[in-house]
Amino acid sequence: MIDWSGYIGLILQGALVTIELTVMGSALALVMAFAAGLGRLSHFLAVRTLATVYIEFFRGTSIFVQLFWVYFVLPFAGVTLTPLQAGVLALGLNVGAYGAEVVRGAVRAIGREQHEACVALNLGRYHRMRHVILPQALPLMLPTFGNNAIELLKGTAVVSLISLTDMTFQAQVVRAQTGSTLIPFATILILYFAMACAISAGVRWLERRGSRGLDGVRV
Amino acid sequence: MEWDWAFVREIMPTLLEGLKITILATILGAIVAAVVGLVLAIARRSPNPLISRTVGFTADFIRGTPLLVQLYFIFYVLPDIGIRLPPLVAGVIGLGIHYGTYAAEVYRAGIDNVPRGQWEAARATNLSIRQTWIHVVLPQAIPPMIPALANYFIAMFKETPLLSAITVLELMNQAKSVANSSYRYIEPMTLVGVFFLVISLISVVALRWLEERYARVDER
Repeated sequence: MIDWSGYIGLILQGALVTIELTVMGSALALVMAFAAGLGRLSHFLAVRTLATVYIEFFRGTSIFVQLFWVYFVLPFAGVTLTPLQAGVLALGLNVGAYGAEVVRGAVRAIGREQHEACVALNLGRYHRMRHVILPQALPLMLPTFGNNAIELLKGTAVVSLISLTDMTFQAQVVRAQTGSTLIPFATILILYFAMACAISAGVRWLERRGSRGLDGVRV
Repeated sequence: MEWDWAFVREIMPTLLEGLKITILATILGAIVAAVVGLVLAIARRSPNPLISRTVGFTADFIRGTPLLVQLYFIFYVLPDIGIRLPPLVAGVIGLGIHYGTYAAEVYRAGIDNVPRGQWEAARATNLSIRQTWIHVVLPQAIPPMIPALANYFIAMFKETPLLSAITVLELMNQAKSVANSSYRYIEPMTLVGVFFLVISLISVVALRWLEERYARVDER
């Protein structure tokens, strides 16, 4: 009879790594999404081009290819990253590119009259974004951001292939040591699903908070 | 380490060999996903709550868990109950089921967009449920959803490198084996990236064309 408690502990350790990756990756993705999304709406051609190239490049190849590139090719350029850093970097940049399109779409969905009212009130570009456009655009972005965060969570499984000891990696270890396949893989599938449910519950809560005070403005 | 064009020429045939498998897996996966998606979408509309709830939960579960783990599940767990699949078949099934759950949402939206009057008219002309679906609902529902489906198939194409984890010799795996035997990572890994980027960009152009062609429902 196999002593499962030790193996379950191993998988839970991996779960912590997965959560860590998801949180840090999401933070980087959020920053990149706003930087590139607002960059695409910039008045300067150079900024717009840079943002577009970034978005198309990271949406055109998969997270797996990017991760391997970051981990195996960057060292030759003199940048050596630990697996965790490579994972966060690749996940954040990849999901950030998808998020950028969400930011752009939401900002553009805010009506012309809002922009015109800002001009009429003599608000500067920064204040216009900060106090008028973004507070209305954020609730529009949240549901898609939630989906993107779940995509990022699912993307973290790939880092097991560059020897980061996340949940999927630990499940492979358990499989190799015990020869049992169903229990480790079923366990991590359920854990991943639980995390995805937690993310969507969190986003729904944020949505309720974020749309507070906007009642009557929009359905 | 410098970029070496001679080495690029040397590894190109191996990579193209892998690219063929990648494209094959994408096409087969897309076919499976299109069928699985349709079945899921129709089952989800079943009047029996037991069926629609179960199907809905299963689809959510598959969409909320990583494709890589599902591939491991198919490749490592199924042999224990006597189903032994070759890697490529396991990979195509994994891709097909995973993206089938996404395709199901597209089908659902497309089917919901068929006006109620069409269902009622089918009823009034005494068509059976089967005839209603095949001759009335699906022919109207499918063309507008082609661009959205194509979008997911491009996404699926980009995920095919995951099949290398279950030993399918596709593009990524060929690149990895070349890299491991020659200790040169720059050229194979970069070329894989370039291949995927170029094919994705071409497919985006094709997608725009599909949108022009099919997405405008109102004009018909």
